Amino acid sequence: MSDNWIEICKLEDIVPDTGVCALVNEKQVALFRTRNDDLFAIDNLDPFSNANVLSRGIVGSLGEKLVVASPIYKQHFCLETGTCLEDDDVKLSVYKVKAEGNSVAIQA
Amino acid sequence: MSKQRIVIVGNGMVGHKFIDNVLNGESRDQYQLVTFSEEPRQAYDRVHLTEYFAGRSADDLLMAPVGYYEENGVEIHIDEKIVDIDLNAKEVISASGLRVAYDKLILATGSYPFVPPIPGHDKEHCLVYRTIEDLEAIKASAKDATSGVVVGGGLLGLEAAKALHDLEIQAHVVQFSDRLMDVQLDVGGGAMLKHKIEALGVQVHCSKNTINIADGENARYRMEFADGEVLETDMILFSAGIRPQDELAKKVGLELGPRGGITVNNQCQTSNEDIYAIGECALWNGQIFGLVAPGYQMAQVAHDHIVTTGETENVFTGADMSTKLKLMGVDVASIGDALGRTPGSHSYTYVDEPAEIYKRIVVSEDKSKLLGAVLVGEAEDYGTLLQYALNGIDLPEHPDSLILPSRDGAAPAGLGPDALPDTAQICSCYDVTKGDICCSVQNGAQTIGELKDATKAATGCGGCAALVTQVMNSELENLGVEVNTDICEHFPHTRQELFHIIKVEKIKTFYELLEKHGTGHGCDICKPTVGSILASVWNEHVMDSDIHPLQDTNDYYMANLQKDGTYSIVPRMAGGEVTPEKLIVLGQVAKDYNLYTKVTGGQRIDLFGARAEELPEIWRRLVDAGFETGHAYGKSLRTVKSCVGSTWCRYGVDDSAGLAVELENRYKGLRSPHKIKFGVSGCTRECAEAQGKDIGIIATESGWNLYVCGNGGMKPRHADLIASDLDKETLIQYIDRVLMFYVRTADRLQRTSVWFDNLEGGLDYLKSVVIDDKLDICGDLEADMQHVVDTYECEWKKAIDNPEKLKRFRHFVNSPEKDSNVVFVETRGQIRPATEEEKKIPVAEVV
Ligand code: SRM
Ligand SMILES: Cc1cc2nc3c(=O)[nH]c(=O)nc-3n(C[C@H](O)[C@H](O)[C@H](O)COP(=O)(O)OP(=O)(O)OC[C@H]3O[C@@H](n4cnc5c(N)ncnc54)[C@H](O)[C@@H]3O)c2cc1C
Ligand code: SF4
Ligand code: FES
Repeated sequence: MSDNWIEICKLEDIVPDTGVCALVNEKQVALFRTRNDDLFAIDNLDPFSNANVLSRGIVGSLGEKLVVASPIYKQHFCLETGTCLEDDDVKLSVYKVKAEGNSVAIQA
Repeated sequence: MSKQRIVIVGNGMVGHKFIDNVLNGESRDQYQLVTFSEEPRQAYDRVHLTEYFAGRSADDLLMAPVGYYEENGVEIHIDEKIVDIDLNAKEVISASGLRVAYDKLILATGSYPFVPPIPGHDKEHCLVYRTIEDLEAIKASAKDATSGVVVGGGLLGLEAAKALHDLEIQAHVVQFSDRLMDVQLDVGGGAMLKHKIEALGVQVHCSKNTINIADGENARYRMEFADGEVLETDMILFSAGIRPQDELAKKVGLELGPRGGITVNNQCQTSNEDIYAIGECALWNGQIFGLVAPGYQMAQVAHDHIVTTGETENVFTGADMSTKLKLMGVDVASIGDALGRTPGSHSYTYVDEPAEIYKRIVVSEDKSKLLGAVLVGEAEDYGTLLQYALNGIDLPEHPDSLILPSRDGAAPAGLGPDALPDTAQICSCYDVTKGDICCSVQNGAQTIGELKDATKAATGCGGCAALVTQVMNSELENLGVEVNTDICEHFPHTRQELFHIIKVEKIKTFYELLEKHGTGHGCDICKPTVGSILASVWNEHVMDSDIHPLQDTNDYYMANLQKDGTYSIVPRMAGGEVTPEKLIVLGQVAKDYNLYTKVTGGQRIDLFGARAEELPEIWRRLVDAGFETGHAYGKSLRTVKSCVGSTWCRYGVDDSAGLAVELENRYKGLRSPHKIKFGVSGCTRECAEAQGKDIGIIATESGWNLYVCGNGGMKPRHADLIASDLDKETLIQYIDRVLMFYVRTADRLQRTSVWFDNLEGGLDYLKSVVIDDKLDICGDLEADMQHVVDTYECEWKKAIDNPEKLKRFRHFVNSPEKDSNVVFVETRGQIRPATEEEKKIPVAEVV
């Protein structure tokens, strides 16, 4: 993976505890901001519905894991690992994200 | 001592029974019996008359073998009608002039079929169904016929229809009332019977009033109905009820009832003490008994009275009209007060649609006694139920257990999910039955997650999740496992508890609640639930940023997410009303944005295929045209379905459309545990299907009837009538209370129907809370509702004026591009999402 960081948006563009969708090298990435301003990024494509919607899911936790629930069929994906909690075989790509000052960037 | 002579006029089933009683009695030698029969044969089994068509001969049907009377010294005059009685001389006079003296006279003249005086009723192929001769005429008429109509959908009418069916002509039943066997069956039972009979190939036409029988074009006759419809047929059988045969009694001045029937006392004596009347011609206590069993009882009473010269204690005290029969192979039974006419009575209904079984019991106000029952499709419980009803046996704690199917070996259980049979399908996506769920629970599944893994239940559309959970919990309870009713792992509380906490502690945000009462970060269960409670209690804008992260995407984008990630738009059309101008705007918007346009089941228009980023522009145009959000995405008031009502409809008794619009505007925006739907009909024809809605209202001559907690959807439930003939003010007051009580106390995603079914004490309890104000909360409930009403704002109207909020509607936070995965193709002149296969075709070829 290259060291190429792409600036995406301002931190305030993401309402705490929700996500947005970013276009990164033609790929759709779901970018989430928690209430403590931790940032996570996974694929935006929901593999169960084949729709680009994961950024619109509800963010929360199940046990120790931070998750997003697909807005279509409600499967949960771990924000840190991309793994689907309902089906171990389904794993989404995860992307590195960082906030520098007020600016959010994803590693491409 | 010379024998007393008893003359029996009429040798039908009951007259025969009387003779039989005498012949089998100890005092037979003291009596000489003489009987006259108008029919050309001795008594036969009318009850099994229909079997004549199925091959039983007239002789097979005889009540006693030919020669039986003669052998036993009974004088029988066949084909000899009695036309007069000389009361002074105590003699009967026959049509051929025979005079026979009597000591005691028994009138057992039965009844005759009533033929309504419809013009044309006396045409050649208009027949009745009572005697063997009638049947022969029917047979002859059917020879050159291809269709036949039975007028009358009662017990006999259906028998007659069966006969036509057996004669291999297309049989129709034309029924005046709204259902078959309306004397015995309630609406549900009648509907199930209709369904079954139609499945056998007989066509049933209910609510049809025949006004003329004219010559037909394609068949012998054309029946014309009051509603303007017609039905062509080659023959018509009248089975529109029976009338007591009291001609003779009338002639000699015996006392009759106002609508006919020979009046008898408890000993079956007429107004002349030497003359008795028994069977269908007799009127006891204002009633005619059109069944054979009561007739037999009368035959016994009259016999005992005569032979004991009045010493007998056997008196006629009325008869139970309960019946159980097989109509065209369908078991039908009705017991006692089957229609629930007893004031204060309650009823329980069990319907197994796949097996086509309908059962209903009617119980006393205190639920201790069985008053009546209706069984269609399966009548095994008849015997037991009849025992309960006839002997006044105390009912078990859960009376419905009497009609519910019992699980293998186990005793039938009580309310809630226990009421479902093991075979009931709970999840239709994966065909998971109640039995499958119980089995997994027995094998160790204790959470909804484990259950999903084991059965796949609730992993498809998810719509069954609430019911799956209920079934699971009930099975866990059955196994003695303590059921965890916490809403999710983040809060050790039920929805109702959270509601109280939020209200009492005046909590305004999810995070405040989480800090004080929960753990972790919340999830897709507790966040929307709490969001909904906050909205119900404080009614704040769903786009406010504290509420925003709590919302399902539908609430978040204020539109309904579709399978391809696009959204649908449903503007409110209160009561289903829309002006032409607004309709044009919708059409124009749909055209400009290339949206798939469909009329929904909720009387409004849905525009599909809008991309998230298009929503604000579209809504700006809609809001400018005066539209508001329809909350199709919210757990909130959806639609108030209406009919045109008295304004236009010739039957309407009140302005249902006006009321629907008013109610929709009052309750729009109310957030609730699940969606809420209303219906308002202008009369009992019920075109708005109000009785299938959470709140249903039907106009009456003197106000509005209010029905509550109905449901369509997965598990339909007929709404319960909670109050009648209300004025509008009271109506709205009651609706405020019912809805707020529901909002306060229901579980998450619990429709009013399920909430109601789980409400201990049922309808009575609900009435006591919202009408009698037993809990002293009605003032609060109304105030809460008024707050919601007063603080209503259209979410879209508010959103489009706020650039900050609109930022969220971009697809990409860092690019103006569109989601390239959203691809449409055209079907029937409109767009639809492309399938994965179609998406592989180069873009140029798709729309
Ligand atoms: C659009 C519409 C179908 C149509 O083309 O006609 C529709 C569409 C949906 N219905 Fe419905 N229902 C629609 C009328 C109905 C009706 C008929 C009615 O309202 O008279 C019923 C049965 C009546 C009832 O609710 O009692 C109905 C019973 C359901 C149910 C089952 C509810 C239940 O209690 O069993 C669901 C699932 C749920 O809510 O959990 C559902 C859920 C849905 C959802 C929201 C499923 C989803 O989450 O995607 C559908 C998406 C709506 C959308 O716009 O994308 N829909 N749905 C109708 C919109 C009506 C409206 O104007 O708002
Ligand atoms: C098709 C059909 C199916 C039925 N199914 C059932 C059922 O399933 N269960 C049930 O309980 N009941 C059933 N019934 C009703 C049952 O048949 C009657 O309740 C029963 O026959 C009544 O008996 P009855 O003797 O009072 O009258 P009837 O059987 O009608 O006998 C009266 C007789 O008196 C004769 N009569 C009348 N006036 C004179 C006169 N002046 N002089 C001489 N004779 C006269 C008549 O011609 C007739 O033969 C059915 C009836 C029909 C037609
Ligand atoms: S419900 Fe009654 S008033 Fe309304 S349209 Fe139907 S018939 Fe007319
Ligand atoms: S998931 Fe159970 S009915 Fe669809």
